This record gives sequence, structure tokens and C-alpha cells, in this order.
Amino acid sequence: MSALRQIAFYGKGGIGKSTTSQNTLAALAEMGHRILIVGCDPKADSTRLILHAKAQDTILSLAAAAGSVEDLEIEDVMKVGFQDIRCVESGGPEPGVGCAGRGVITSINFLEENGAYEDIDYVSYDVLGDVVCGGFAMPIRENKAQEIYIVMSGEMMAMYAANNISKGILKYAMSGGVRLGGLICNERQTDKELELAENLAKKLGTQLIYFVPRDNIVQHAELRRMTVLEYAPESAQAAHYRNLATRIHNNAGKGVIPTPITMDELEDMLMEHGIMKAVDESMVGKTAAQLELA
Amino acid sequence: MSMSETESVAEIKERNKELIAEVLQVYPEKTAKRRAKHLNVHEAGKSDCGVKSNLKSIPGVMTIRGCAYAGSKGVVWGPIKDMIHISHGPVGCGQYSWAARRNYYIGTTGIDTFVTMQFTSDFQEKDIVFGGDKKLSKIIDEIQELFPLNNGISIQSECPIGLIGDDIEAVSKNKSKEYEGKTIVPVRCEGFRGVSQSLGHHIANDAIRDWVFDKAEGKDAPAGFVPGPYDVAIIGDYNIGGDAWSSRILLEEMGLRVIAQWSGDGTLAELEATPKAKLNVLHCYRSMNYISRHMEEKYGIPWCEYNFFGPSKIAESLRRIASYFDDKIKEGAERVIAKYQALMDAVIAKYRPRLEGKTVMLFVGGLRPRHVIGAYEDLGMEVVGTGYEFGHNDDYQRTAQHYVKDGTLIYDDVTGYEFEKFVERIQPDLVGSGIKEKYVFQKMGVPFRQMHSWDYSGPYHGYDGFAIFARDMDMAINAPVWKMAKAPWKGAAQPKLLAAE
Repeated sequence: MSALRQIAFYGKGGIGKSTTSQNTLAALAEMGHRILIVGCDPKADSTRLILHAKAQDTILSLAAAAGSVEDLEIEDVMKVGFQDIRCVESGGPEPGVGCAGRGVITSINFLEENGAYEDIDYVSYDVLGDVVCGGFAMPIRENKAQEIYIVMSGEMMAMYAANNISKGILKYAMSGGVRLGGLICNERQTDKELELAENLAKKLGTQLIYFVPRDNIVQHAELRRMTVLEYAPESAQAAHYRNLATRIHNNAGKGVIPTPITMDELEDMLMEHGIMKAVDESMVGKTAAQLELA
Repeated sequence: MSMSETESVAEIKERNKELIAEVLQVYPEKTAKRRAKHLNVHEAGKSDCGVKSNLKSIPGVMTIRGCAYAGSKGVVWGPIKDMIHISHGPVGCGQYSWAARRNYYIGTTGIDTFVTMQFTSDFQEKDIVFGGDKKLSKIIDEIQELFPLNNGISIQSECPIGLIGDDIEAVSKNKSKEYEGKTIVPVRCEGFRGVSQSLGHHIANDAIRDWVFDKAEGKDAPAGFVPGPYDVAIIGDYNIGGDAWSSRILLEEMGLRVIAQWSGDGTLAELEATPKAKLNVLHCYRSMNYISRHMEEKYGIPWCEYNFFGPSKIAESLRRIASYFDDKIKEGAERVIAKYQALMDAVIAKYRPRLEGKTVMLFVGGLRPRHVIGAYEDLGMEVVGTGYEFGHNDDYQRTAQHYVKDGTLIYDDVTGYEFEKFVERIQPDLVGSGIKEKYVFQKMGVPFRQMHSWDYSGPYHGYDGFAIFARDMDMAINAPVWKMAKAPWKGAAQPKLLAAE
């Protein structure tokens, strides 16, 4: 195999990052690639569909129990699931205490130092919500992920998050090798979604890698803690994920330095597509009831 | 030999202004513009020294300042001897603040007093990631078990505590409840807050207000405490080398009862009793004016600043303190002044001839850049330059209105470079600053005294302190070693060379 490819999935919380990434990686595994998933979300649910269970033994929980991360062995934290995909979860504190960002840094350093990346074709990082602090930017720093795939939809806030993440990538692209691989639109059936996604991709200087149509089969598979690739390998949705996997595989080295836009430009874009009427300043801050009266 | 002896005030002012301009030249334009606001020459009659203060230091310069944690743990809380102060966070801050600032105390260390001991939660990676609150609870339990005679605990936050949001208030409340209302004080003095240690003093003062005073509200005075008509509290004396002790005896001799020392050799019970005082006497205005103002507003206790450096200022201060009380105390003040007059005359007779006309440059914190000026003047010496590490404008006002002479060089938050250049050009007979500055100037051949720690000597407060102060200054300036600091080949020809320059 060729050199190790490191990719990462980012996107707004609840957008379907973990679902999309696990299905796509399952398809890549099917194609014969050896894969490691690094879950970088304190909730530790980035590998649930591959392992059929939420990983209990996260790096940070085991390290805390053992004393420090130096006391751990790679075998303690690495689990093997569907299609021999290797899975580790960083884990982290419960909400409201400690510093989850530092946890991500600790975990990734541990994995690198302990040879977790040997005999692997792909490492995929699944990172929570937004790039909120330096810790969650760890996977996009130098010598980590080469390409970032942003999962988004036609919703305003998802596009806003995609733009923000692009800013994070831009910052690190200047000092390192990270590039934006492209956008993955996870269909929400909002107005003119495909058009908007393509336009945002263009504005960011990248491409819409794939438009994943909405299909309830994803939820059916998820209820069984499975990827669609495993639950219904013959389904049309599984074929979509295979297509996405192929595109990502062929996208090696084609990432770009993103060109993030301002909030105003983003709003202009929505207006351009008729999603939002030209901002009438008198409307700002008015409730629907107030507007009706006016 | 000082240059200023042969110069007129106008010449000195001119020379100092040129010197400031020369020093600023090495900086980039923006830095020079900012630093220019902190350097000036004092003009007699002005209400302040004409410098900006309490602003952020410029990255890249060597500032002498500390941080908020240093201000709270190191200055205000650390000397409270019967409480245990936990440095909450990674081990470094605790290690480097171990053993305190020579805040002398009486007690059996490790049994009922803990000042020179160091307690830290010694954060590891997992404490950052998962939060340090559980560890903090455990430490409090261990302290209770190992040091059962501690009377209270304070939690001094290091930087990471503010970043990871450890809920030290919740831990304090829970543990206080568990240990029958024990005083446990969370202090949010993370080092990154503010521009210097000054904010740490303020935060520490506020913590006393919120977690000691308010807690004691509605309760009786501490057990066995009966208020009296002549009760005073010494505020802002950290008992460095025994300063508070040599101050306390004077107040007691004039008939007052000292019910608390804040915070050198102080106890939690003394803090709790202070709202019952008739007058708060405030030495270090900078670090404890906040709590003094609070006690004035809330409990109606007046406060009065004083200065116990050198006989002139001591006499003035004793009379000012006495003015708050009846004739008995006023007579007491006169009696004390008279009692020590002979000692003071003897000290001055011995040292003044050896020190007359010598010049001093100071750079210290708190109250000393102004307060010690009188003591030098009592010895016939002259302070030609001074500045504050972390002073505010009210410090510079006090300095201008009561202390410095026309033409004094003023340097706020001086940088290493500026201080070196100033001393090099002014060539004072003595520099008074801290350990970081000491060897720089001694290697330049300039006598030096540490004016934070009293150079392992002291006390310098009070009449007893002045005798020691005079001896120490003489020892530094007139040490025979300085005669050997000149290279032998730079002998007689030197004045000629200088003149030719």
C-alpha cells in the first residue's frame, strides 16, 4: 500500500459526522484498506457502529485509573470491529469539568508514540462539533490529518460551522500541510440544499465531494448499532457510501487551502438563492407575531 | 560618587530628561511610545509623578513584576500562620513560592503553624483533563488528618484552574459543611489575571471579605475576645524580618491594644476579630487598602495610613494615629517618641557622618518606593530615583505629595534595560531593589541592598528597625570591597579620559 493517509471529519454537532464517517470508513475497509478510527469526542461514540457498542475503555479513562497515560499499552485501548477496523476512543471528562481539549492532545500523542499508526492505510479522526479550542484543532495540526472533510447540510448553522472550521484549517494550512478535502452534504431536505452546498463549496475554494441523500435505512441500521454497509450491504444507501469512499480515496493530495467567507457573505449567499429575503433592518429582532401586526 | 552633588536642580532635571530620551531610543517606535508614558522627572508641586501605571508590561522587555497568584498566596494569605494554604495546580508555582517572604512567625511549624511549609495539589495531566476538584477534596481530608490543629484552609488558584473551570467554591462549601463549619477559602487568583501581583492583592482582600467576614456575620466575636476602647489592627505589615513586631511594641507602649496583625504572624482569629477594632492602621496601602475601605464602609472603622521607617516619619505617624484617640493615647505617643529619642540620636550620630550626601535609587513594590525615603533622609541621604513594580496612580500621588524631591527620576514598571542604563549614568551610591537586580548592579560596582527581603536582615520598621537599617546601609555603601572594584590600570588617568569624552 501507499503511504499512510490521515483524514479527519469535522462539522456542526448533530450533523451526522460519526454516522457518515463510520459508513464511509466501512466502505473503504470493504475496498481492502486497513483502517484506524480515532474518536476525539468526550462522548466516545465515534466507533459505536463499527464495534456494535459504545467503547467503554477510552484512553483517558484508563489513563486516569492507571495513574497516567505512560502506564497504558496500546492493546488496552484498541478494539477491532467490523471489517477489522481498529478503533480507539480518546474519551474525556463528563460535561462541565476539566479540559476535554487537553485530553485530545494527550490521546493523540499517546497513539503516535505507541505505534498505533503502524500497518495502517488510513487514520480517521472524528472530532466533535466546532473547533472550540486548541485541543480540538490537534488533528489538523502539522503531521496529523492531511485532508479535512466537513460534514454539513443546507441549514444555516451547519454552513456557518463549515465556514468556521475552514478558518481553523486556514490557520494551520499556513504552517503545516493540512488541506480542506471537501464538503460532504448530509441531506436534511432543506430548500435548494444541493445548490447551496455546491455554492458554499465554491466559495470556500473546494468541492462538494458528495451529496448523501436522506434515507431512513441509516436510522434502522443505527438502532442496531451497525453501519448500513453491514446492516444492508445491498441497499442503495450502502452504494452511496461506497461512492463517497471511492471519491475520498481518489481525492488523495487534491486538498486545498480554504478561502473562508465573512458572516455577511454567508448571508448574501442565502439571499442569492432566495432562502432569505434581503435583510430588512426593521425586521431584526422581531418575533413572528410582531411582524404580523406590523 | 554621585553626579548630582555638583549639579543644580535644573541641571538634574535636564540630565534626567535626556537620559529618558536616550533610553527610549533603543526601543521600536511603538514600544518607545508606550514606555515613554511610564518614565518621567518629578516636578515639585504636581499632584502625581506624571507617569502612567498599572498597565500591561510590554512583551520582550524584562519586567520585575509578579502575578496575581504571587499577590494572593505570596503576599496576603501566605503569612496567616495557623491556616494551610494550598497551591492548587501544577507543582511549579508552589515550589517557587515555598518558604515564604521571610514572614517571621511564632509557633511550632507543622503542628499549629504552617507558613514555611508548602502544600500543593501537584496537578498531573489527568487532573487537567478530568478536573482537579476530586483531588482537592482528598487533599483537604488529608490535611485534616495530618494537621488537625490547622484553623483553616485557603485554596490559591494557579493558572490552569481558571482555564479548566475547577469548581473550587463548591468543594470549599462542601468540605466546610463536612468539617463543622471550618473556614475554607477559595481564592480565584489565577496568575494570568490582571497585569501584575496587584490584582492578586485585591482578589485576596475580597476573599477575606466574602469568606471570612461574611461567614462570621451574626456570630459573636471569637471566643475569649472582649473588645476594648483602644483596639487597633495593624493592616499591611507582613512581618518581614520581624517588622510587625517592632511596630507593634510602639503602638502598645503608647497605650493601644493591637488585636490583629494583617498578615505577618497573623491568625484567622485575628482576621475575624478585626471588624471590632476602633481603628485600622494601614502600612502597605497598595495591598490592603481594599479591605480597609470595606471595613470603613461596612463596620464604620476609620483607617489611617502610617509610616514606620525612620524616626521623622515614625514620630509623625505616632502622632497621627494618636489623634484618633483621647489624651491618654496622645500623651502615650509623646512618651514613646521621647523614650526613643536618645537611641535615635545615637544611631544618627554614628551613621550620618558616614552616609551624608550619599544618593540612592530604588525600585521596589507596595509602599517602599516612597515609605523608605524618610529613613534615608534621616541619615542625610538622598533618593534620586524611584519607581513602583505594580503601583497605581494613587501611589504616585502619595509619592509626589509627601515624599520625592523636585527632579527625582521616576520609572514605573522599569525594564531591566532601563534600570541598568539609569544606574550606569546616574551612578548612585546605593541601589535598593530585589534579588534579580542585586548582582547586575554589584557587578557594575554599585553597592546594593535588597529592599524586599531586607537582604536577610531586618526588621527595618520602628525605632529598633531604624538602627538595623542604618547599620545595613552603611555596611553596603562603605564596604572596603568597592575600593577594589576599579581596575588598577584605570587609575589616575580616568578623570582626564572622562573629561575628554
